[in-house]
Amino acid sequence: MHTDFYHIKYYVTKVTLLKIKGINLMSLIAIIKTKVLDMKNLIILGAGTSGTMMANHLIHKLYKDQWKITIVDQYKTHYYQPGFLFLPFDIYTEKQVKKVGKKFIPKEVVYIQKKIEQIFPEENKVQLEDETLYYDVLIVATGSKIAPEETAGLIGPLWKKDIFDFYTYEGALALRDKLRNWEGGKLVVHITEMPIKCPVAPLEFSFLADAYFRKKGIRDKVEITYVTPLSGAFTKPTCTTALNYLLKDKGIKIETDFAIESVDNDKKVIIDYAEREIPFDLLITIPTNMGDEVIAKSGLGDDLNFIPTDHNTLQSKAHENIFVIGDATNVPASKAGSVAHFQAETLTDNILLYIDGYPLKKEFDGHANCFIETGNNKALLIDFNYVTEPVHGNFPFAKFGPLKLLKESVLNHWGKMAFRWIYWNMLLKGIAIPFVSRNMSFKGKVFDIKPETK
Amino acid sequence: MSVKTIAGVSVNVSEDGYLDDMNQWNEEIAKEIATEIGIELTPKHFEVINYLREKTLAKEALTIRSVGKSGIVDVKQLYVLFPKGPLKFSSKIAGIPKPTSCI
Repeated sequence: MHTDFYHIKYYVTKVTLLKIKGINLMSLIAIIKTKVLDMKNLIILGAGTSGTMMANHLIHKLYKDQWKITIVDQYKTHYYQPGFLFLPFDIYTEKQVKKVGKKFIPKEVVYIQKKIEQIFPEENKVQLEDETLYYDVLIVATGSKIAPEETAGLIGPLWKKDIFDFYTYEGALALRDKLRNWEGGKLVVHITEMPIKCPVAPLEFSFLADAYFRKKGIRDKVEITYVTPLSGAFTKPTCTTALNYLLKDKGIKIETDFAIESVDNDKKVIIDYAEREIPFDLLITIPTNMGDEVIAKSGLGDDLNFIPTDHNTLQSKAHENIFVIGDATNVPASKAGSVAHFQAETLTDNILLYIDGYPLKKEFDGHANCFIETGNNKALLIDFNYVTEPVHGNFPFAKFGPLKLLKESVLNHWGKMAFRWIYWNMLLKGIAIPFVSRNMSFKGKVFDIKPETK
Repeated sequence: MSVKTIAGVSVNVSEDGYLDDMNQWNEEIAKEIATEIGIELTPKHFEVINYLREKTLAKEALTIRSVGKSGIVDVKQLYVLFPKGPLKFSSKIAGIPKPTSCI
């Protein structure tokens, strides 16, 4: 069991106070020893968006003399992942999307920068590379990452030459360098399979690519094709009606129902299971997204290493003292920072209820709130949950917005740009964003979109 | 949402023709939707359909990958059974919601 400077300091202060009251020192030392050893352990795995937010929430909520909070992550750098969309187009620089992760972890939380080897849920322990931790409550926030090796031929001779991802820092930078000198041809933006982190990012990438090549004066030399395994770029009826014009106006072609089987590096085509071929000169792919391999190794995940999690309480389905947040869950909400932010508020309450033996709140409703860049300094804003599709309206204030839902505006674009500041300065620190509630609000929403009849 | 009569049963369907309530489904409805799409259902089709329904009842998200790993069919066979949109058409015939993204 860990003892650390912070907790010892806490008890020394307590002893000093008691000493003033005239209590025997030796018996006090005995009390300290028992108390420190009696501390309960809450461990957070992963110091990404979700894990960092949970550490910041819980440090203010758990009794400091009863709970010790530990967070584990092997990486030093915390990336602002929404910024990866802008790196390839030279809109953001490297510096704007990364900071040292430790800066955002409260000092009272024990931060361990080591690789997680395995979770042993039956024994309530986590094995790190050279250390074993025991927990009373575990929060898994190990996220999701791309798994290009899942598709035959993706990591072949053309990987990082004519085939790129932008879901990693390295991928986005390599793509930026490629685009700076690319002279045009067939640009294919491709989603391998669902679910993916930030499901709108590939569409935003296509819109920004259109604007980027127009600005460069070579749009006529670039053919942009958006390839999806789903039935359309927009699959929700309200969005199909409200947003289909975007693809048409920007001259973006679409190929639907394309489930990739392999990439032919010689012919430069992607091939689906029905042997349909789509040629490319430059392939921007969103590979299969999977949960961390430690989840598979620990026997906690589904076939994509996502953990079966209660949709509303965020408790893992298999173990009552394991909670899951963010991309690591299998809940059918978007894998996005805003979702993690709303989840963090519910999960904080539920952790407190759980440790006090009360029933959990079935509160999380799948709420997501996302800006969608459409190029030329404009963006959309969407607000939705598990059951309600994005709709028109004002946000966050019902009467005057100022942001407009599901409509392109310059103000929405500046909202997205401002979000980077909010992320580093408010969201990670667990500071509530004013006027934005954890559950979806129906105030100011207008249900006026009639879906197209097919 | 609208009401449609399929195989003599009045059911609520979405604008794309997907059943709103999977409990209104029966095998005759499945056959009629399949005929509209141009698919003749075999016992193998029904194995896939029943798997999709079970997973949906268990509130598990469906992907082509998960069907491919179900032990019933691999992805290639799924494409043969439900050409030009395996998950889209199999879901429609199974009476479960259309696979969607967030927008």
